[in-house]
Amino acid sequence: MNEMPGWEQIAAAGLLIASGILVVISSIGVLRLPDFFRRMHPPALAYTLGSWTVTLAAMLTTETGPVAHLLLIPLLLAITVPVTTVLLARVALFRRRAARSGDTPPPVTAPAVTLNEQPMAER
Amino acid sequence: MNVLRKIVPAPLMSLTLLLLWVALARSTSPGQILIGLVLAFGVPPLTTGLRLKNVRLRAPLVLMRFVLTVAVDVVTSNAEIAWGIVAGRWRQPRPAFVTVPLELRDPAGLAALAVVTTIVPGTVWTELALDRSALLLHVWDVGDESAFVARFKHRYERPLREIFE
Amino acid sequence: MSTLVTGAITFALGCYALASILVIVRLVRGPSAQDRVSALDLLYFHAMLVMLVLSIGHRNDVYFEAALLIALFGFVSSAALAKFVLRGEVIE
Repeated sequence: MNEMPGWEQIAAAGLLIASGILVVISSIGVLRLPDFFRRMHPPALAYTLGSWTVTLAAMLTTETGPVAHLLLIPLLLAITVPVTTVLLARVALFRRRAARSGDTPPPVTAPAVTLNEQPMAER
Repeated sequence: MNVLRKIVPAPLMSLTLLLLWVALARSTSPGQILIGLVLAFGVPPLTTGLRLKNVRLRAPLVLMRFVLTVAVDVVTSNAEIAWGIVAGRWRQPRPAFVTVPLELRDPAGLAALAVVTTIVPGTVWTELALDRSALLLHVWDVGDESAFVARFKHRYERPLREIFE
Repeated sequence: MSTLVTGAITFALGCYALASILVIVRLVRGPSAQDRVSALDLLYFHAMLVMLVLSIGHRNDVYFEAALLIALFGFVSSAALAKFVLRGEVIE
C-alpha cells in the first residue's frame, strides 16, 4: 500500500475506466440500433479497444514477473473475432436473400450463382 | 538450404509456436523450451495441407507502417462509432453496403484484409466475389461512396499488395 | 494496490455487469438467430473481461488462464452456432 499512486497506477485506473465506458457504449449500441448489420459495428469497440485497455492496465499494474503473456488475449481476439464476425455477416446476408428481404444487396458475384433454396423465414 | 526448408517448412510459424508456448508457460526453463521446440518442429509438417502455399512477406517497412495505420484507424473509428452511438439522436449515421473493386488477389493478403476490415470498427466484411474481383462491405457511416472506396483502397489495399504480392 | 486502482476495478466490473444486462436483453429479444449468436459472443467476451480485471484485482494468474479459456470457448461455440444457423447443420 503506497500513499501516492504512481503514474502507472493512475494510467491503469484511467484505462480500466475507459474500457468500462467503451463496453457499456458498445452494449447500448447492440441494444438500441435498429437492424442487424448496424448492430454488427458496436461490438468491434469492445473487441478492440475494450480488450487492449484492460490488457495494458494489467501490464501496468503487474509489479513482478512477466507481462508479455497478457498480450496473447488481444492478439487471440484479433484472430478469432473476424472469423465469427464474417461468418455471422454471411449468415445474415444469406438468410435475408433467402427470405427475399427488401434492402439486401445482390451477390457481388456474377448472377450465375443463384439461390435455389426455398424462401425461408427471417427468424 | 533445401534440407533446412524440409526441417523448418514454415519458419515464421515455428517461431510463433515457440514464443506462444513460452508465453503460455510463463517460464524459460529448459524443459518448457524443449516442449516449445517440439511444437515448433512438430506442428508445421502436420499442417502442410492446411497452410497457404508461397506466402511471402515482402517489404517489412511497409508492414510496420501498415500495422501502425491500422492501430491509428482502430482508435479513431472507435471514437467515431462510440460518438455515433451516444449522439445517435442528433446525427444519424448513414450506414450502407459498399462494393469495393479489388486488385488484391493473394489469398493471404485477402485474409489480412478481412481481419483488418473487421478489426477496424465501422466496416464489416460481408462478401467476397467468387473470382475475388470485388468485395461487399457494410459500412457504418458513408458520406461519399467513391471517396470511401478510394480511401479504403489507398489505406489498406495498396500496402497489402506491396506486402503480399 | 492503491485505492485508485481498486475503485477503477469496481467501476469497470460494474460497467461490465450493466453491459451484460443490456446484451442479455438483446439476446432475449432477438429477433433473428444471428442477433442472438452475436449477443452470446459478446456475453462471452464480457465474462472474459471480468476475468482479466479480476486478475488485476487479485494478482492471480489463474484468472488469466480462465480468461484465455473463455475467449477460446467463446470463439469455438460462436463459430459453431454461426455455422449452424447458416446451413442448419454443423457437420457437412
